Amino acid sequence: MVFILLWESIAQLNVVPNYIFPAFSDVMLEFYHLIVSGILLANLLCSLSRVLIGFLLGAAAGIAVGIVMGSKDVIDKSFHPIFSILYPIPVLGWAPLLMIWIGINDLLPVALIFLCSFFPVLYNTITGIKSVDREVIKAARILGASDRKILSSVVLPLAVPNIFTGLRLEAGMAWRVVIAAEMVAIPTGIGALMMRSESLLRMDVIIVCLMVLSVMCLTFERFFQVMENRITNGWR
Amino acid sequence: MPTIELKNVSNYVFSNLNLEVFDGELLVVLGPNGAGKTTLLNIIAGLVNYQGAVLFDGVPVDKTPVNERQIGYIFQNLALFPHLDVASNVGYSLRIKGQEKEEMMQKVDELLQLTKIEHLKHRYPKNLSGGEKQRVALARALASSPKVLLLDEPFNSLDIGMCECLRKEIRQVQREMGITTVFVTHNLVHVAEMGDRVVALNNGKIWLMPPEMFKKDGDNGNHSHHDCLHCVMDCYCKGKERRV
Repeated sequence: MVFILLWESIAQLNVVPNYIFPAFSDVMLEFYHLIVSGILLANLLCSLSRVLIGFLLGAAAGIAVGIVMGSKDVIDKSFHPIFSILYPIPVLGWAPLLMIWIGINDLLPVALIFLCSFFPVLYNTITGIKSVDREVIKAARILGASDRKILSSVVLPLAVPNIFTGLRLEAGMAWRVVIAAEMVAIPTGIGALMMRSESLLRMDVIIVCLMVLSVMCLTFERFFQVMENRITNGWR
Repeated sequence: MPTIELKNVSNYVFSNLNLEVFDGELLVVLGPNGAGKTTLLNIIAGLVNYQGAVLFDGVPVDKTPVNERQIGYIFQNLALFPHLDVASNVGYSLRIKGQEKEEMMQKVDELLQLTKIEHLKHRYPKNLSGGEKQRVALARALASSPKVLLLDEPFNSLDIGMCECLRKEIRQVQREMGITTVFVTHNLVHVAEMGDRVVALNNGKIWLMPPEMFKKDGDNGNHSHHDCLHCVMDCYCKGKERRV
């Protein structure tokens, strides 16, 4: 509240031109206009659909490959060196290559988000599976469980906290990546709206977009936090 | 319940180990840390590789997978499933076998009653005391109606009172159900109360020990059990190696 009051007061002093440093009230007014005109919603839906598709595909692939690598040493040893080389590459570093390979279209941000989600979820899944207490696995085996049953009834549930750590961290990151991709290559979405506003010196629109982005990142991270708590609350 | 036989069993701890556990008896395996007690249980359970033969009622089980040996095993750290509540932990083996839910719950209730933890049914392991966890582990091990029960120093983390209480209860349950049981420990106090027979294990070798050695006469409980264990084993085991 103090921050907002301070912001509004400084802006009203007109020390800095209003088009460079808009008042909080102007930003809120623009927020209202963007909602009523449908511009914000249309762009948000574009970004949201890219995030959801890319993130869900990346997370699903990361979990699936992580399960296989975490439970089969041979596969882990075969693929680990490849993923170790690919993982440190910044996601946006792939952008020029992907622009040529898949073109400048909706698939580009989806592919970038896929890469952004895949590796952290993969590594967290592998860590989660490998950190399950060996004695617990032995106990399940002695109690009559097959390898597949041990995986589904013991190993995966116990790896859930690690998997969710990966999902939670990357849920916010996916939004950062989609904005970056839309800024450099795609004409729709919140990132593109920000770039258009920048060329028109519409700082109020940019601030609205940043606020929306912040809310979306927080909502996504909080969603996975709540899901994790719901699943593991009883036993952790 | 089967007689367990180990014939010329060798691995990284043992060399030509021979041992027989009789039908329905409780055999105590006594030995210091690092003697190979847990390895012995793991051989019977099929959890480690070995040469030689393990027989249940004269039938070799060396090729039988761990999950088909029908063994109940209480691990040293108990290895309860942290993500399952007490009822689900106890009923795990029944669920794995695809037993009907009602039938399963009935058996779980019986076992919880037998081990006196029916009031803990919906608690998770993190909310249980050491003694309660022991009882859950016992109930879980008994749920699959095992032919053989293996106990790996299950009382290590318990206070003396709880330990004595559980020793008696496990002994009683074992006698009632007549399960062939191998109980490994380094604690002499457990030996006198628990075992039908006692064998000592050290440096990968095994000796049968006379039960009267562990009678309570003159034992006021004031000595160090570790010192006592080494003393007993040193005196008895030197030069007395034999097949048991």
